[in-house]
Amino acid sequence: MNARIIVVTSGKGGVGKTTVTANISVALAKEGYSVVAIDADIGLRNLDVVMGLENRIVYNLVDVVEGSCRLEQALVRDKRVDNLYLLPAAQTRTKDAVSPEQMVELCEALRDSYDFVLIDSPAGIEGGFKNAAVAADEALVVATPEVSSVRDADRIIGLLESEGKKSISLIVNRYRSSMVKKGNMLDVTDVSEILAVKLLGVVPEDEAVVVSTNKGEPLSMGYSSPAAKAFRDICHRILGKDIPLKYPDENEGKGFWEGIKSLFRL
Amino acid sequence: MGFLSRFFKVGDSKKKAKERLQLVLIHDRADISAGMMEMLRKDIIEVISRYMEIDESQIELELEKENKSVALVANIPIVKVKRNYRNVKTSSNKGE
Repeated sequence: MNARIIVVTSGKGGVGKTTVTANISVALAKEGYSVVAIDADIGLRNLDVVMGLENRIVYNLVDVVEGSCRLEQALVRDKRVDNLYLLPAAQTRTKDAVSPEQMVELCEALRDSYDFVLIDSPAGIEGGFKNAAVAADEALVVATPEVSSVRDADRIIGLLESEGKKSISLIVNRYRSSMVKKGNMLDVTDVSEILAVKLLGVVPEDEAVVVSTNKGEPLSMGYSSPAAKAFRDICHRILGKDIPLKYPDENEGKGFWEGIKSLFRL
Repeated sequence: MGFLSRFFKVGDSKKKAKERLQLVLIHDRADISAGMMEMLRKDIIEVISRYMEIDESQIELELEKENKSVALVANIPIVKVKRNYRNVKTSSNKGE
């Protein structure tokens, strides 16, 4: 096997990197690919709770690079989805605990045994981000349709390009069609034109994301909601399928009662 | 909504966001710092002063967004044009 190594990054915090990483990892695994999701946010780990695997962690990324355990020992296997693994970050260490060279070595060790390695990058542009990006062949930049987020995404894209990353694509997250229609939110075209990278998908604002995070069950596990659909589409595009881009509506096909009902279904 | 729109101009903020973003990115991407603008200003003054006398205190130099492009707009009040500008140029050439 020759894994595709993909970093999920954004610059700005709180735009949904971890949610995107978790859902795309799950979606790819459900398509039958073997996936390792790496939490590169050392000291502020969160991918474990979003994926619902926090109680099964024994070793972490820092243990692996320091040689305290073998790589396979640190991988937490998800029992709900075949071929999905999490490599958690250390919570009580700092970003300096890992060097870029160690990250490259670690990812290259995974490349032979898995189809996909997704790396959840920390916010910021310092060492943590550099560690997360150094080993990646491809980058997914997550941005919300806000001035601050797009600005930071632009900076990150500049840094990725200067690192020589050829494949950089954009995911617009937390998109609110109703606000766009009223002229009160940047639309997808604005954001992707400004950032000038390939648009991989648009994820609508969706309360189901909060509910799924509360439960530790990523939407891609099998829920149907506007965001779940968007994550599935993104997964298929990563796999090279030609899925037409839609501008999803957060209230798609839903009346008031439908909305209430879908809350209970989850 | 009708009630609200009396207080807020509906549909205005997206346009504003886009404009602000485009402008801020021009600075970010070109890394145009206040320091660089100051250097540019000094150089412009130096070059123009070879040909004409200008009012340095009244110079306006800024980046302006027009439609989809950005322009460097300079407003430089001229006090008087130097009669011997050819000599100025030759003398500076000689100095090189």
